Amino acid sequence: MEQERIRTKDPNKYMNPYLAGVLLGFVLIAAFYFSGRGPGASGGPKRVTAAIVEAVAPTHAHQSEFYGKYVNGPHSPLKDWLNFELLGVLVGGFISGALAGRLNLKVEHSPKITSRKRLFWALIGGILFEYGATMARGCTSGAALSGIAVLATGGFVTMLAIFGGAYLFAYFFRKLWI
Amino acid sequence: MGPLVPQGIIGPEWDFIIALVIGMGFGFILEAAGFSSSKNLVGLFYGYDFVVLRVFFTAAATAAAGIVLFDYFGWIDVEMLYVQPTYWGAAIAGGMIMGLGFVTGGFCPGTGFAASSIGKIDAMMFVLGTFLGALLYGETYPLLKDFVNSGYEGGIKIYDTLGISRGLFTFLLIVVAVGMFYLVPLIEKRVKKPEY
Repeated sequence: MEQERIRTKDPNKYMNPYLAGVLLGFVLIAAFYFSGRGPGASGGPKRVTAAIVEAVAPTHAHQSEFYGKYVNGPHSPLKDWLNFELLGVLVGGFISGALAGRLNLKVEHSPKITSRKRLFWALIGGILFEYGATMARGCTSGAALSGIAVLATGGFVTMLAIFGGAYLFAYFFRKLWI
Repeated sequence: MGPLVPQGIIGPEWDFIIALVIGMGFGFILEAAGFSSSKNLVGLFYGYDFVVLRVFFTAAATAAAGIVLFDYFGWIDVEMLYVQPTYWGAAIAGGMIMGLGFVTGGFCPGTGFAASSIGKIDAMMFVLGTFLGALLYGETYPLLKDFVNSGYEGGIKIYDTLGISRGLFTFLLIVVAVGMFYLVPLIEKRVKKPEY
């Protein structure tokens, strides 16, 4: 029993945020040093969606001004740096979760709301986030973090708009969280 | 001198392997920092947990200062790096929509993928939403086209926009980040963290 208690890790114990930040900064520098670009997370779903639309409705995809940018190129939109990088995010996240004892199939939600409500708003949030990210040419990763790394004006503007927007709307959705 | 793949120093066949390794590092750190839980992420917007601010600004300042130093030592050609293009209208409107997505969904795309990898079903729903969001964008693009391509200024840099030197801006970025790190515990102390 005693031994088990020692072995069991506290799943709420996270890495020091400043250490995590410095390491994340090194990952960004490495991405720019090797590939000349930073990581992103909204470009992957965008390209995969374009590929799905092409498979389901090829004429529609090829004629669309939006999907056309991805499906009319020399390579499949699936064969892209961002997709391989996102695959890595899944692997890296899984390794960290496994080491920390956080692998657990569950819906995390405030006790004041039901799982179903949490899942509904998670879906809506995903739709909105990707919609905004596609509009702004990147999300918190690709536009804000990678943009700020190279001191792009667009990176700072997008970052301020994301966090500013979130603070503006936070009050109306407080019951989902607190 | 970097960037190694665009310069042809490393063959392009390595680029996807590099992408995978970079992604692994990215995902590992996001998960390890607690970004695989939306409770930790939205704490930023309700004032009970500023872990996002700490990690984000430490990473941004480290990367920005690191790339400036790499350039100073001649290790990287900054002209060859991909720079987020600036479209004023789309950046502001898209950013605000992302903010709404953040407080409703509790994740951003990167953290949603990282949280899905450890089994968070709420994150998997968020990720499903990202594909639907891309589809919705693709289908409504003709209506948005003019707006989202307006205010285009290309890969402009923040220090030029503000009219100061790159070195001074980088220094100020670090000062502002450290200043915020000192201030946020004052807010955290006053706001009760929800238990779940």
